Amino acid sequence: MLTYIAGRLASTVLVMGIVAVFVFLLLHLSPGDPAAIIAGDNATGEQIAAIRRQLGLDDALPVQFLRWVTAVLQGDLGISIFSNEPVAKLISQRIEPTLSLALTTMTVAVTLAVSFGVLAAWKVGTIVDRALMVLSVIGFSVPVFVVGYMLIYVFSINLRWLPVQGYSPIEQGLGPWIERLILPSIALGLAYVALIARITRTSMLEVLAEDYIRTARAKGVANRSMLLKHALKNAGVPIVTVIGIGVALLIGGVVITETVFNIPGVGRLVVDAISKRDYPIIQGVILIFSGVYVLVNLAVDLTYTLLDPRIRY
Amino acid sequence: MSVIAAEPPIAPAQPRGAQLRRFARRNPTIVAGGIILTIITLMAIFAPLFTGDAITMHPAQRLRPPSDVNLLGTDHLGRDIFARTVYGARVSLFVGISVATMSITIGLMIGLMSGYFRKVDLVVMRLMDGLMAIPAILLAIALVALTRASVSTVIFAITIPEIPRVVRLVRAVVLSVREAPYVEAAIAGGTPTWKILLRHIVPNTIPPLIVQATYICASAILIEAALSFLGAGTPPEIPTWGNMIAQSRLFLSRAPWTIFAPGIALALVVLAVNLLGDGLRDRLDPRLARRM
Repeated sequence: MLTYIAGRLASTVLVMGIVAVFVFLLLHLSPGDPAAIIAGDNATGEQIAAIRRQLGLDDALPVQFLRWVTAVLQGDLGISIFSNEPVAKLISQRIEPTLSLALTTMTVAVTLAVSFGVLAAWKVGTIVDRALMVLSVIGFSVPVFVVGYMLIYVFSINLRWLPVQGYSPIEQGLGPWIERLILPSIALGLAYVALIARITRTSMLEVLAEDYIRTARAKGVANRSMLLKHALKNAGVPIVTVIGIGVALLIGGVVITETVFNIPGVGRLVVDAISKRDYPIIQGVILIFSGVYVLVNLAVDLTYTLLDPRIRY
Repeated sequence: MSVIAAEPPIAPAQPRGAQLRRFARRNPTIVAGGIILTIITLMAIFAPLFTGDAITMHPAQRLRPPSDVNLLGTDHLGRDIFARTVYGARVSLFVGISVATMSITIGLMIGLMSGYFRKVDLVVMRLMDGLMAIPAILLAIALVALTRASVSTVIFAITIPEIPRVVRLVRAVVLSVREAPYVEAAIAGGTPTWKILLRHIVPNTIPPLIVQATYICASAILIEAALSFLGAGTPPEIPTWGNMIAQSRLFLSRAPWTIFAPGIALALVVLAVNLLGDGLRDRLDPRLARRM
């Protein structure tokens, strides 16, 4: 068990190392001079030279890489070209809206998706099952921003039930905070719900076909207890796996959702950085988001043993 | 329509019409997805024959609601939304098909090498793990931000993050097939490696790859639209669905058609491709069908 955890940690470090190499090389192997790319189209030769010096681009690549990694490990993600502020500071200033959005979406989406999946598996072949599966294909196909604008149009502009856009920090009251997260969470969570509901249904169907479920039924175990205690628990591993994999969907979606709903989070930060070609910000955000994704999946792998004691490493 | 032609004749005496009906009844998702896609593809190809001008601005006719002249209304620069939506299908379909073809081709080659040669495998799979850890949209944003925005840059940027998924799939097939007796027999018989790969291993990868290609196509269309929407994709002067939505978002309350027309078109195409993919998966890959 301990050797498994150690091995898994080592491979996580390795993957993050490779991600770091990719993120570093993105800028340095791109065609053209990175300093010129960062400086933009109207830069003078002097400006480009200044950026070259600032970034230390005249050193050999491995030297630059080592210097960059050492800095990153100390929490230094570089300096924003545009605002001249540390990237780490810019990200930490904007982390609250993004975390709020991601965590509320995840909690609500997982609860809904697992319930839908269990329901569909229990009522397999009926109209309820069909309807849920059709909805899941649709949920998977409608892009975040289209759902987002439709929700705004119906619930904010026409019905005037909810505020149109923006974010209200949690310290300014729970009410406005929730109010402004409802629509973004629905838009962001739709594809995630569709993905998890599908896997839950399939995994449940496999478990429900097992002999011990028939035994439980024959013994007269109540439906609810049978579904939740006997079946869902044993169907857990694939469900938890896809919850972890789906986090990539959430991360990509956060960037778009924050743009649609004008939420000043890390996603907006990176989108604004694109137009200004503020490359250190893009690099920093990719590195952080990838790190989160890798860590979530590490956590998922480690929960397998809790879910299924038969899994021994 | 080659899918229909590939249907094995179950009862040769049946007339062709009955065969088609039977195929449609058994594979409703393939037929539904296929029909929607065929119609949209034909509309995109023959766009100039039945739509107006998608580019010219008519400032006097800005934000007109749908009417007989402008079927789906006009945008904030007086351009015809119907024409722009139809032309937008060109970019989406082109990007979707190009990304699917390229990532499958590259992924197949890497996956074959990785699955067959142990030494390559170790290095390649770690690289793929690293690449897969970067969320696709972010990687694409970074790649586009570095180079000048153009359709080919966008295709390249979306292809890169899709490759690892193909590599993993191909590698898994190769690893299982390599132990099969007929492959061992071929090795023992001295068949050259390239011939084993090409004749005995590649055919086994084709059915799951066809299914994978449709899913990649759907995801590429979504990512292209997202990139355009975020201003990191196709140049704004080309009408794409993402660009149209991005340019119209300030007019949501006054002219919702400017956003909903391209939005619904986008959702419809992705839905059709996903339906096709689900149907093909059920037909071609029963093992996967049970799992999903």
